[in-house]
Amino acid sequence: MNVQVLVREDAGRVTPQRIAIADCDIHPSPKSLQKEVYPFLEKRWQHHLETYGVRPRHGYQSGPAYPKGQPDACRRDAYPPGGGKPGSDLGFMRLHHLDANNVQLGILNPLRTGQGLQNQDLAGALCRAINDWQVAEWTSREPRLKASIVVPYEDAAASVREIERRAIDRSFVQVLLLSRTAEPLGQRRYWPIYEAAERAGLPVAVHAFGYGGYPVTGGGWPSFYAEEMVGHAQCCQSVLTSMVLEGVFVRYPRLRVILVEAGFAWLPPLAWRLDKVWARMKDETGLERPPSDYIRDHVWLTTQPMEEPDTRRHLADTIEWIGWDRLLFATDYPHWDFDDPARALPLAISETQRHQLFLANAQAIYGLA
Amino acid sequence: MSAVASGSIDCDIHPVVPGLSALLPYLDDHWREAVVQRGIHDLSSLAYPDNAPITSRPDFRRKGGKAGTDLDQLRAQALDHFGSRRAICNCLYGVQLLFSEDMAAAFARAVNDWVAREWLDREPRLRASIVVPVQNVEMAVDEIDRCAADRRFVQVLLLVMGDVPLGRRQYWPIYAAAGRHGLPIGIHAGSGYRHPVTGVGWPSYYTEDYAAQAVAFQSQLTSLFCEGVFNKFPDLTVVLMESGVTWLPAHLWRLTKYWRGLRTEIPWADRPPAEIVRHNVRLTLQPVDAPPQADQLSRLMDHMGSDELLLFSTDYPHWQFDGDDVLPEGLGADLVRKITVDNPLRTYSRIAETLS
Repeated sequence: MNVQVLVREDAGRVTPQRIAIADCDIHPSPKSLQKEVYPFLEKRWQHHLETYGVRPRHGYQSGPAYPKGQPDACRRDAYPPGGGKPGSDLGFMRLHHLDANNVQLGILNPLRTGQGLQNQDLAGALCRAINDWQVAEWTSREPRLKASIVVPYEDAAASVREIERRAIDRSFVQVLLLSRTAEPLGQRRYWPIYEAAERAGLPVAVHAFGYGGYPVTGGGWPSFYAEEMVGHAQCCQSVLTSMVLEGVFVRYPRLRVILVEAGFAWLPPLAWRLDKVWARMKDETGLERPPSDYIRDHVWLTTQPMEEPDTRRHLADTIEWIGWDRLLFATDYPHWDFDDPARALPLAISETQRHQLFLANAQAIYGLA
Repeated sequence: MSAVASGSIDCDIHPVVPGLSALLPYLDDHWREAVVQRGIHDLSSLAYPDNAPITSRPDFRRKGGKAGTDLDQLRAQALDHFGSRRAICNCLYGVQLLFSEDMAAAFARAVNDWVAREWLDREPRLRASIVVPVQNVEMAVDEIDRCAADRRFVQVLLLVMGDVPLGRRQYWPIYAAAGRHGLPIGIHAGSGYRHPVTGVGWPSYYTEDYAAQAVAFQSQLTSLFCEGVFNKFPDLTVVLMESGVTWLPAHLWRLTKYWRGLRTEIPWADRPPAEIVRHNVRLTLQPVDAPPQADQLSRLMDHMGSDELLLFSTDYPHWQFDGDDVLPEGLGADLVRKITVDNPLRTYSRIAETLS
């Protein structure tokens, strides 16, 4: 974050270090849509974008529903000296982030794609183009970076085609969805996506954000960007609840889900509540095992934005309850709420735990050890 | 279980409106006629399906009627059984779901008068929350002013999901009215169903709906904090009812992180969320959503950062625990005393004044 770091007396002796890490949430942007993405987009859709623009499920032609806290929601030091948006210049990203933070494995999660657009054909065409662009501009030029298969998730059939098209390319290591979809992600309209991901042996990453058309809270639209940001943790709790209770993990027993950029400390209390409600009303869902079982077997979470209790021991308790093998370190580069790998987890933890959380868990889930 | 301290204050029980006809004596001629002419037969909310397991513990059910409709049964099963000196009635009837403000105001009045006559008049240990027509803030304030004259009404009742988040300025006259009368605001599980109960759409199952209540409380706490409700009303107490307590620490960590990063957007938010919660927010115990191990619960109580946050509740007749296990394992005797007696008395001055 672009704010001062609290001094915490109980944190133990922690030396900032640059151990080798995996960063499971890096956001690349095109320098220019016209120059970098249009070459992969049919003329018809280029014309459409120039004439009608995109229609997401909120009201602005460009920009987000809630104005961000920083320009482009980015670190102010992440603008490439040669121009363009943060995250748009591989050379600068190498210097500023990959080398500087010793990133051995970086997972690309493009955000401003066709996902969630109301025109399904445009959504599909843009997702295809963004996937081509990830290979052309990023993974083919930098072996440390891996791509996500961006799919137009409201159209399951098109999403399945896109997964099948990309799965043979080892540059792609996961299927990417956003959390705020038209319906909760456990519902059956999305099942073909999970089936295809399972068949391809790819994890499904659900990144916070997106616009499903509904308020970010069950009680209506909040006023502030701060509330929307905090609200992603609530949305992802609902996403996970839906996936578990709809029986997605019963139907797809080899499916692995990664929740990205929604924090993680909320998971143990959610699992306790779900277990309790499930036990009371098993006959409604027909789910045979407690929800926490499915979560333990199928769910991973990226760490950013790392929760920061004043008493750091509380965070260690929480990670212990989740499992040290279930968290994947992420920085969210180049966004403003970036977690610095040298400072984000000032806990005196074992070398094994540090290695797991910062690198090995990611290598294991992506099969890149 | 941990033993309940004697003289506990049960901060969440539910007398149930047996049917709309029970309210007819408390409606004026216009609305009584409307009920008959329009064939309005019931306003029970989807939040508690009559026969769903959560809605009533099996041994609290009644033959030939809804659980929670009989005073003698409530006396025996809730008050006598758990030794409660006082219990706060939160009547959950679908008043907040109505689209007509006038109709909501009429039914809120009827529910409050029905509670006063049928429950409070007949059982001196009972207290109640004021049901308000939240659809229209002026009408809600009128109802608070009307009911608050009766000091057995000890709180204002809102549902956790409505049209817009509860921190929004349009609701502030309700908080001002509550403050004038020294009443806490009790926010209870439940929805006006204006929006899906999750931020990602309508879920398929009732199980998800009930699970989503705890998530909605997190959002409301965010709203109350970000809008500056406690800066404007520093003495207001908000009680979060019937949606667990274990989610609180993790939520405060996240809220604090974004407050630090984005406080220029909400410059009036001049204190960390945890400090405000310690001063202004309380939570009723049941359903406690406790972790499986007592050791985890005691660590969580440490994460909560205060032993003054929790208020004893049975959530009668809802099925949250079996037998006498109203308190989870792992609470020390001092904490139990605080939860069951001290914290409620500090929260509800109108109860404390009758027990000195």
